Amino acid sequence: MASLPIENQTTNNRKSNKKKYFLENVSSKVFLFCALLSVFSLLLIIGFVFYKGSHPFIAEGYSFIDFIFGTDWVPSEDQFGIFPMIVASVYATIGALIIGVPVGLFTAIFLSELAPKSMAKIISPAVQLLAGIPSVLYGVFGLAIIVPFLQNNLGLAKGQSLLAVILVLAIMMLPTIVTVAETAIRAVPKTYREGSLALGASEIGTIFKVVVPAAKSGIMAAIVLGLGRAIGETMAVILVAGNSLIIPTSLTDSMRPLTTNIALEMGYAFGTHQEMLFATGIVLFSFILLLNFVLAKISSRGGN
Amino acid sequence: MRRFKDNLLRGLLWFSALLTVAILVVIVGYIFFKGFRLISLDFIFGDYSPTGGGGIWPMIITTIYTIVISLLIATPIGILAAVYLQEYAKQGRLVKMIRFATESLTGIPSIIYGLFGAVFFVATLKLGMSIIAASLTLTIIVLPVIIRTTEEALKTVPHQYREGSLALGATKLQTLYKVILPSAMPGILSGIILSIGRIVGESAAIFLTAGTVAAMPESIFSSARTLTVHSYLVTQEAGDIELAAAIGIVLIVIILVLNLLATFISKKLNKADY
Repeated sequence: MASLPIENQTTNNRKSNKKKYFLENVSSKVFLFCALLSVFSLLLIIGFVFYKGSHPFIAEGYSFIDFIFGTDWVPSEDQFGIFPMIVASVYATIGALIIGVPVGLFTAIFLSELAPKSMAKIISPAVQLLAGIPSVLYGVFGLAIIVPFLQNNLGLAKGQSLLAVILVLAIMMLPTIVTVAETAIRAVPKTYREGSLALGASEIGTIFKVVVPAAKSGIMAAIVLGLGRAIGETMAVILVAGNSLIIPTSLTDSMRPLTTNIALEMGYAFGTHQEMLFATGIVLFSFILLLNFVLAKISSRGGN
Repeated sequence: MRRFKDNLLRGLLWFSALLTVAILVVIVGYIFFKGFRLISLDFIFGDYSPTGGGGIWPMIITTIYTIVISLLIATPIGILAAVYLQEYAKQGRLVKMIRFATESLTGIPSIIYGLFGAVFFVATLKLGMSIIAASLTLTIIVLPVIIRTTEEALKTVPHQYREGSLALGATKLQTLYKVILPSAMPGILSGIILSIGRIVGESAAIFLTAGTVAAMPESIFSSARTLTVHSYLVTQEAGDIELAAAIGIVLIVIILVLNLLATFISKKLNKADY
């Protein structure tokens, strides 16, 4: 380069600079494009599910009210009511919350506040493994252990029941609740605990009156995430739910939640029947969007 | 009275933690106890036989196909998206929208992804029930995981690195691929490992997009079963808990190895001197 005349050098530099700027420009556009792909995917998913699912109500004259509150699902006779499945999904999720939240929350508190280091070192990876086990295996376990157990001990004709679903879902939501709540509780500043202890509060009193309230928004997020996992779970639930199309009235009733309706019938459904499965998806989707909305509200409040 | 209440609560805390561990031990223990008799080299490397006694090699290959294809697509897109969000974007409406979309994708249940895949990739794009349709669906499922973990990894790269590189006259792009990405690599890798775990464990979305053909896939356009779907189907159709548990052992071992690998890498990350 040094031997080149000055004009040549600058044109050369200009050229390589031009190329550099061009590359910089193009690459930042490519990065933006990649980032927008997730927005695009989300819109595509929502668009397709809603388009397919709303078609029978817009173009084929089916009533949406009858769909939501109808109690009969007989695709061969053109009857599409998903009320029993909505009730089943809601019952199963609430039941799983009642069992899963206290156990998960207490485990999280134990891990962050009480556990000796050596114990935390065993329990934390265990929870991590529990989170990683494929959901199908929870179903296999439920069918092989929980279902026969209920059948024998409660004297049921069929162990596949609301209670079996609740137990399996409670187990499945545990790791989510434990890990998220543990992180939230660990984030509470040490000074809170020290202040409380210095004022004469006991260790347990400090945990429940100071630390847990301080971590409230994180704990709420943990619960909402666990809820999302429970309401969206499919394959494990199919194996233990029994899949009867009735409104469950007791814990021992066999039932069919929204998710399993889709998975069980999607394989052979076509036409209106298939579109009604997408409509079932819309209802499920609406529950999830509602949860996301609640979660966003909680985390924005936590941020303040 | 206070002491009694304290002790009661303390007892409940211990009880809950022990219960959580007990549940894990019972589940994993049961699956190993029930399935270990079937585990052999022939079982893992043998071809499937519809009459029973066959192996699960086709399902392992199918699972590997789905992992490789979806990661080949999701990893570059996810990393570049995270780079945009962390290094390029001005914080504002657009970034907020992208973040919201990514978070929403995380919350969507896999059965909805399955529905979408079945109508978009399988039907609209005419890919049919196939490994490729399932892999593309899985790509969208793991994309937010890769974006989020890469973002976290980029956040841990100290500012001085960027400033030093830029001060030496490197362009933003050169700084990115010579300085920032190499230092964020351990974090990105553990994100990819997490994604593998998610793909291996996924079932509902694959069930609706790859179909259930129990044979060695001829190409990525064939319908096939992954390990999880196979485990589900042998339970649901044949009630063969022993076979399902044996597949479960293979799955749990894979997840365990992935977890250890992720922990190992993130430990290395913490030891790195910056």
